[in-house]
Amino acid sequence: MSGINLAVKIGSLELKNPVLLASGTVGYGNEISQFTDLSKIGGIVTKSISLKPRKGNPPQRIVETTGGMLNAIGLANVGVEEFINSKIPFLKEVNSTVICNIAASSVEEYVECVKLLEDQEIIKAYEINVSCPNVKEGGIEFGHNPSAVGTITSKVRGATAKPVIIKLSPNVSRISDFAKIVKAEGGDAVSAINTLVGTAFNIWTKKPKIKNITGGLSGPAIKPVALAKVLEISRNVDIPIIGIGGIMDWQDAVEFMIAGASAFQLGTVNFVNPNAGIEILQGIFDYCIKTSISDLNELIASYQL
Amino acid sequence: MITINQTHNQSFEKNTLLSEKSEVISIRKLGVNINLIKVHSPGIAGSAKPGQFCNIKVSETYSPLLRRPFSICDVQGENIYFMFDVHGAGTQILCKKKKGDILDILGPLGNGFDLNCDFDLAVISAGGIGAAPFPFLLKKIGRKKEIISLIGGRSEEHIITYGMKNIFISTDDGSNGFKGNVVELAEKLKDKFKGKKTLFFACGPNAMLRALKEFCITNNFECQISTESAMACGFGICQGCPIPSASEEKYYLICKDGPVFNAKDVIV
Repeated sequence: MSGINLAVKIGSLELKNPVLLASGTVGYGNEISQFTDLSKIGGIVTKSISLKPRKGNPPQRIVETTGGMLNAIGLANVGVEEFINSKIPFLKEVNSTVICNIAASSVEEYVECVKLLEDQEIIKAYEINVSCPNVKEGGIEFGHNPSAVGTITSKVRGATAKPVIIKLSPNVSRISDFAKIVKAEGGDAVSAINTLVGTAFNIWTKKPKIKNITGGLSGPAIKPVALAKVLEISRNVDIPIIGIGGIMDWQDAVEFMIAGASAFQLGTVNFVNPNAGIEILQGIFDYCIKTSISDLNELIASYQL
Repeated sequence: MITINQTHNQSFEKNTLLSEKSEVISIRKLGVNINLIKVHSPGIAGSAKPGQFCNIKVSETYSPLLRRPFSICDVQGENIYFMFDVHGAGTQILCKKKKGDILDILGPLGNGFDLNCDFDLAVISAGGIGAAPFPFLLKKIGRKKEIISLIGGRSEEHIITYGMKNIFISTDDGSNGFKGNVVELAEKLKDKFKGKKTLFFACGPNAMLRALKEFCITNNFECQISTESAMACGFGICQGCPIPSASEEKYYLICKDGPVFNAKDVIV
């Protein structure tokens, strides 16, 4: 098992391997550790934390669609204070690299959250969820507005020396423009992609199947879209990319790395197979042996167009 | 540089939750659209409690994508029974399973019925496929307590009496037993429940659970309800199955905080 380097770097963040579990699909680590060993994978991204607790959306929050699922959880979370008091102690025990995902409804709230979390050594990087409504701007998502993404990146950058990763929305016309801004404002990396906006109707009641009307589409259905977005960023911007979107097995993960991702996140698959991270890691390791790759970094952006 | 081991065995020691490959032993019809599947699942069977559920992967592929949650219907030795009606893509596949097929089952999940409370009479109240969790519950209650089973359905073919004791039936169309719903049946029979420490155990459609909760509050009976929801994971990470708390401005998760609740604690 020796001789193959699986370690990758996301800016200054070193990961022992590229397997990350995505925000919102791993909670704060405790439930999923009943089924898998989080210390074996590259790291976990915690469920979005906001300054104050959020109750989340009323039911129904999720529905399965062909090859995917829609969710509108509404960023239900315990808030920064409770996160520090009751979730961080467990995270310290799982011996995994912890990336803390932050959601907010104003630029100031992102910065405030980061400041409150700065002393927590267990947090090795921040992933900023910009797919949140900007309350001061009539509820338009930050992630749809290049200047808002730029402002958030620069303000958060100013509040921490830890790596700052911006999780980009795919619901924009040109995602690489957003990655360029993140780089220009001092962001260390981008995660691509967040979920795609979708909906589904009950044809008998003519009502949307989820209470929020629209939700975020995830799962294998979005993988080709996500791959194209990763490739677009890779070809246009020199910034580390964490690929996300419908990865179900190691072959999917390898595709993301070929398309330009330095690491990748598993999301929806965790709901179905909570041990998927380790299985995918094993698959990548075997792929390296089969294809004589001695350093997984050789695979990143190795596309032959 | 790394050693990757299957960590499942390690997890098994620390926890009672399992992801278990389980062989189908038999599958049979209990009614027109009601199936009973028996699987060999020793790990889950060993720690299951009445009212808990399992999240079952019905296909070896990711189509359908998500697991399907099912109440644990009964446990016999190392075997588990699940009762289900066919109403979508997942249950269509499940009902075609044959002896020897392997199912990937996650469980036992959630909190079951609380049998540590003080009661003399258990009133089982089941609406349609809501009968599913009760054979195991009745087995655990045993002969020490009095049991009355109220079983309701739209019509004769929706009545499921499997594993029930001391049965009273209601149908919406009057094709079997009392004409009306389970709650109206409970109202009619309520003299039987008075003067005892009566505890209702209920499972069925939300409208039934809502009405039964009101009936129990009005008549001062304790009531535990088994709830259901669409869910993705079944163990608390997707947050897809909220149910509002009756006393606080928050949601419980049906998968992790339930699926069984004291009826007073939640808004159905």
